[in-house]
Amino acid sequence: MRSFEKNLNQFSEAGIRVVGISVDTPDETRKYMIQKAGYSFTFLSDPKLETIRRYDLVHANEIASGKDIARPAEFLLDSSGTIRWRMITENFFKIAQPEQVLQATKALQ
Amino acid sequence: MRKTNWQIWTGFFLSLVAAFSYPLLFVRWAITREFPWANLTLFAIALVLLFLGLRRAFKPDKKIISRIFSSLAAAFGVLLLAGLLYLIYVMGSWLPASTGAPQVGQKAPAFTLTDSNDKPVTLAQLLAEPINNKPPKGVLLIFYRGYW
Repeated sequence: MRSFEKNLNQFSEAGIRVVGISVDTPDETRKYMIQKAGYSFTFLSDPKLETIRRYDLVHANEIASGKDIARPAEFLLDSSGTIRWRMITENFFKIAQPEQVLQATKALQ
Repeated sequence: MRKTNWQIWTGFFLSLVAAFSYPLLFVRWAITREFPWANLTLFAIALVLLFLGLRRAFKPDKKIISRIFSSLAAAFGVLLLAGLLYLIYVMGSWLPASTGAPQVGQKAPAFTLTDSNDKPVTLAQLLAEPINNKPPKGVLLIFYRGYW
């Protein structure tokens, strides 16, 4: 996440909108991600896990938080909404890197 | 005058640093997160010091109490290393399989969610609203756990 924020200019130049989705409420996102951590990309709240469930990314009873949250995953969509690249990690500590995604954006029209 | 067994003490504190600097610091950067180079290096130094301290504690002139303490410190250091590896490689993979996630080539399922200004936002809007006065080429959706 932090590395995407640092490379946000490159994503904007490539015409890619970066959007974070989690179970956090808009209030929590404002307080922690925007004000405290200084993130500036778009954040969407899915506290009832409706979209997270539709994308089959529910991590039920996650051990550290003790609640249902989203497992880490990244999807790159083209302007028609078709998925052109995705990463569904098998290890929490290994998530998509901006360089990988920027490489994949080169194939988009 | 008795000299303190500095190897055991330094090794003990360094193994604490080696373990806790992963979640507190080195997890921030992909290069030190995906494979814990920095922490394993610190652990290697810590374990060498613990070994030297242990060897010193077991010299014939040393007291039983220093042997017990040194053994406990060394065992604790090894446990911390095992704990860190368990966190990264075992607990890190405790993720659901998500076999039903949309595939490359499929349309991303539509959604309407609330943004951080409490406004509803649709996927169609995200795909249409200009970036730097130009139509966007795409959208990157990052699903994440939420704040800690």
